[in-house]
Order: sequence, then C-alpha cells, then structure tokens
Amino acid sequence: MGQPETAPRSATGEMPHAGVFEPWNDPAESPLIRFRNVTKRFGEFTAIDDLTLDIYEREFFALLGPSGCGKTTMMRMLAGFEAPTEGVIELSGQDIAPIPPNKRAVNMMFQSYALFPHLSVWENIAFGLRRDRMPKRDLEARVEEMLRLTRLDQFARRKPHQISGGQRQRVALARSLAKAPKLLLLDEPLGALDKKLRQDTQFELMDIQEKTGTTFVIVTHDQEEAMTVASRVAVMDNGRIIQADTPARIYESPSSVYVADFIGDVNIIQGRATPDGDEAYRVDWAQGQTPLTASSATRFEPGQACHLAIRPEKVTISSDRPADAANAVQGKVHDIAYLGNLSTYHVELPGGVIIKAQTANTRRLSRRSYTWEDTVWLSWTATAGVLLAG
Amino acid sequence: MAAATQDSAVRTGRVTRMLIYLVLLLFALFYMLPLYVMLVNSVKPLDEITGGGMMSLPAQWTLEPWLKAWSTAQIGVQPTGLRPYFWNSISMVVPAVAISTVLGALNGYVLTKWRFRGDTILFGLMLFACFIPFQIVLIPMAAVLGTLGLAGSTAGLVLVHVVYGVGFTTLYFRNYYAVFPTELVRAAQIDGAGFFQIFWRILLPSSGPIAVVSVIWQFTNIWNDFLFGASFASGDGAPMTVALNNLVQSSTGVKEYNVHFAGAILAALPTLLVYIVAGRYFVRGLMAGSVKG
Repeated sequence: MGQPETAPRSATGEMPHAGVFEPWNDPAESPLIRFRNVTKRFGEFTAIDDLTLDIYEREFFALLGPSGCGKTTMMRMLAGFEAPTEGVIELSGQDIAPIPPNKRAVNMMFQSYALFPHLSVWENIAFGLRRDRMPKRDLEARVEEMLRLTRLDQFARRKPHQISGGQRQRVALARSLAKAPKLLLLDEPLGALDKKLRQDTQFELMDIQEKTGTTFVIVTHDQEEAMTVASRVAVMDNGRIIQADTPARIYESPSSVYVADFIGDVNIIQGRATPDGDEAYRVDWAQGQTPLTASSATRFEPGQACHLAIRPEKVTISSDRPADAANAVQGKVHDIAYLGNLSTYHVELPGGVIIKAQTANTRRLSRRSYTWEDTVWLSWTATAGVLLAG
Repeated sequence: MAAATQDSAVRTGRVTRMLIYLVLLLFALFYMLPLYVMLVNSVKPLDEITGGGMMSLPAQWTLEPWLKAWSTAQIGVQPTGLRPYFWNSISMVVPAVAISTVLGALNGYVLTKWRFRGDTILFGLMLFACFIPFQIVLIPMAAVLGTLGLAGSTAGLVLVHVVYGVGFTTLYFRNYYAVFPTELVRAAQIDGAGFFQIFWRILLPSSGPIAVVSVIWQFTNIWNDFLFGASFASGDGAPMTVALNNLVQSSTGVKEYNVHFAGAILAALPTLLVYIVAGRYFVRGLMAGSVKG
C-alpha cells in the first residue's frame, strides 16, 4: 500500500512532523463536525453509545468496523435521515438536528450509486444544481467541470444503464460533489467494484478529495481500503469508537486487543507483566520458558495480566538461535501459507501457542528454507510488540 | 416449422394444429357475434330488422340510425340525441380519473417512502373500502352530497367516483412504489429535492406502466357505471349510461332497434378506444405491480 506523492498526509510516517496535515493535533483548529455525547437508540437497541468525536476540515475520515457496529447509523445521522436520541451533532459549530437532509451542506454517495435511471449522466449531475435554481450558464459550467474531474466527458449523454460499473461509480461521485458540499459521505463507495478497479479508484478518490478540498467521511468494512484512503481511521464496535487515529498509529500502536486484532494480522501472547526498568517489562507467558521482553508506555503493575501483540511481519524465522535477539522462542512449523509475494509460517510453540511469522519472498522460490515439522527459531526485538491490557 | 416448434411449449403435429386453430376460430366467431349483430343492425333501416332479417347484412346501407342516436333521438324533454349526455360523461370521467390517479400515486408515494406510525393500518382501511358494495353507500352518499350542495351535479359524481376509486389506485401505486429503490429517493432528497419535487422528478417518470393500469381501470369503471349516475345525476346532467337506458327503455312509440344499437356502440366506443391505445401497457403494468410486490 503506497501513498501518492501529492498527498500531504502523515499516514506514511509513524512520527508526526511539522508541515503535515494533522489538524486534530492543532489546538487552534476547530472541527468541522463534532459529535458530542451522541446516543442513538432504536427501541431497545442502542446503535450509537455516548459517542464523542471531532472531524476536521479537509480530512478523509474512515469509519471502520464489523456490520452492526453503528457506522452506517452515524452516517445516516450526518445525512439527516436519522436524528440522535441524545446528544448533539454540530456542523461548523451549528447543531444540525433541526436541518432536514435537503437543506444541509452535506451530500452522500450511496452504495448502490442511486443514479436516476431516466436521466442522462449530464442530467444526473445537474439534478442538485437545478434544485438550487442555479443560472443556466453557471450550471452548465459546473456540470462540465464535474465531468472533467471524473473523466466522464464522453459519456455525458448516456443513460446510467449504458455505462459500466466503474463509470457509474464516477457519475455518483460527480453528482454528490456537484453542489460543492462541505461534507461528503461515502457509504461503501467501492463495494461493487472488483478488486483491481477498486484499488485504482481508491487513489482516484484521494486525488479528487485533494483537489476539491472537501471533507470526506467514508464507511467501509474493508480495512485495507480504510488504511489506504484515510487520514484518520475510527475503529468501531458496538456503537462505540474504540480508537480513532492515523492508519499508521492504528496499525503500530493499537490501543486494545480488539483494534490490534481487527486491523491486519496479529499474534497475541497472553502472560503476566513485571516491570524491568524504564518502560520495559518482562512477560512470563509459559511455564519453563524464558520470559519475553517488551516495552510499553502504559504502566503495568507487577504480575498484571497482559497481552503481547506482535505483527507477523515483525517476527523473524531462522533455523539457528539468533545470537543477539531480545526475544527468541523455538517451535515447530505447523503450516505454511504461500501468497506469492509473502509466505506466512504458522509455528507451534511448546504449550500449543501458534505464532505467525511472515517473510517476503524476495527471490523466486526454487526451494523453501523451511518445511512442515521443521524445528525453527522465531525472534523479534524488544520494541516490536505492543503490550496491551485487554 | 422448426422455429415454430422451438417457441411452443408443447410439440404438436400439423393435423392437431389445424384442429386447434379451427376450434379457436369458431370460438372467436362466437364471441364476435354480439358485436356483429350490433354493427349490422345499426346500419340498416328499421323495417329490415322488424321484417325478420336480424342476422343478415343490410340490403340498404344507411348511417341514419347513428345520426339519430347521436343528435335527434328523444331522450329527455328535448330531442337532443346522446350528444349532450356523452359530454356529461366526458366531463365526469376525465377529472374523476385524473384526480383519483394522482391521489393514488401520492398515497402510494407516502405509504412507501414517507412511512409513519400506523401506515399499514391506514392502507388496510383503504383496501377495505374497495370491498364495500355500491348499494350500501347510496343513502349516506346522497346525504353527504346534499350537505355539500353537490347533489345532482357532475361535480358530485366526480367526488363519488374519486372516493370509490382511490382505494384501487392507492393499491396499484403502493405495490408499484414498494419495489422502487428508496436510495433514489434519499439521493434526490440529499441533492436538495423536496417532497413534491421527488415525486414529480423521480417517481412519476418511472410510473408509466402503473399509471396506464390505473387510468384504464378507472376509466372503464367510471364510464360504465350506471348506479351512481342514475342515483346522483338527474335529467340533463345524466351520464351516457343513464341516457342510453332512457333511450332504449322509452315506453312510447316504435322501438327503433337500429337507433338503439347505434347508441349502444357509441356508449361503448370510448372504453374500446382506451383499451386499444393503452391496452398493451395494461398487462405489463399489472405484472410489474404484482410479481415483484
């Protein structure tokens, strides 16, 4: 997953530095959208549970979570199709509850695209502008601009059923951007496209967001998509935001086992932490085994239960014990998953714990170094893993 | 032959096929017989009919009975023919069909896209109205029309037919709009369209087939209605059906069967026209409403 060079995002780097787009770290910035203790109930069911969140101008914000986590409800409340049961949602400092959907400076791109079947591409894009009674010349100029932005010039006179899925997706985007909304909501915008087209469209989407300077809020259940496009990702579960942060921080510094497990692949080793110097901990994880070492900024009491989360790509596999590794464990190769570019080894440690180690296949595979039932060593550095309480 | 056998579900031989066509032809002729009798007898002089030649083609062709039925036959006090009553029917049926169809479309729109508490009960009650026989409401309806000052007027008849028709039209449009994607309505709404703009710009352009069903159904029912016309319109205000009855049932003078036949065809002509013009959409619209709904 790469970022286009034009994108001024911090998502690629782990440490924030000056000049990057990080309004959430700037106390002088005021948020475009503000959820303040918002709760939404449908009868007995609580869809959104006391949620507080700020989204800033020009952000590309992703709501990520399993189905039923409340992400679509959040979007519907922003669009105006639902009202919060408790709490306030502000747009540019104004409570939006009394404003109906057709009067909000918000637009939405629907999962099904919702193109009007009886109108041409041109008329679909012009629909919202006509509702505003925009003068004819301005309207034509705006529609042409949108057609150029989404590279649809040649298809302006076609009906939605006469164009491909990818083109329809772009018409939907052009229509939702035509009125220059402050906020654009995207509900699984790429869900109907095949993988290859989806990846291309992700960059196109980022590019268009960059050009128009519109704030995008995207709902998706595809974590790769969220990581690629978003400046910040909110991982949701049961109507709550578990963590909202940049993709890099979500991946490298998850705040909980849930987030670590939801985003990407992870090994979780359960154990007990014992402080061992400044921000360093010893983790006793199995009887008769050397304790593991890990660092953590959050404090753990001596003997406190903990989870050590390590990404598979940070675990090195070798046939001999590495001399200077902070953590090294011996195990047996249980399974091998060959993905072409990567191979993942599932290694069973004494006591039955399975640890995944991932290696990049930098050479064409003539013979594999390790095979099933081989005894191997896994190693990682003291800072590779994240120590989590629960 | 090869193409024909591929298209049909059942393979049949040449002889069987001929037999089937023969039987079908006979049935068709049988069904056409009344129309034939009406047509031939409306274009022959009265003495040819009374002379016993009802089934034969006219010996002398004449349009006299048609002209008489249309403009000079004695129906009311004046010898006006059916013409004024024909216009009575038109001025009743056009607004009644238009209003009940538009109301049905709006009801269907609200019942599917702007749902509210109790909407299904309301729809159930409207459906229930379709099953109330005409005869039951005659007296209460007369009282209502009297209170409104519409008794004996065309406007009163329009009201009666709209009230009776709106249950059916609502049923048609509700089932049709139930399968209309709600995301299109949401998309129009977030693009700035209001309640009526969404209806007018998004739903109506897609409602052709079901609108045809509604118009045909309402037109034939209202045009052919006799009971309400006879009960709530009097004298010169009567619709075509009532006038035709008066023409045929007149108890004085000679029974002019040729004029009666011409009058009957005149009365049936508009509904026939509606079926011919819009009929091919009728089945399509009914299917769209029922199969997907």
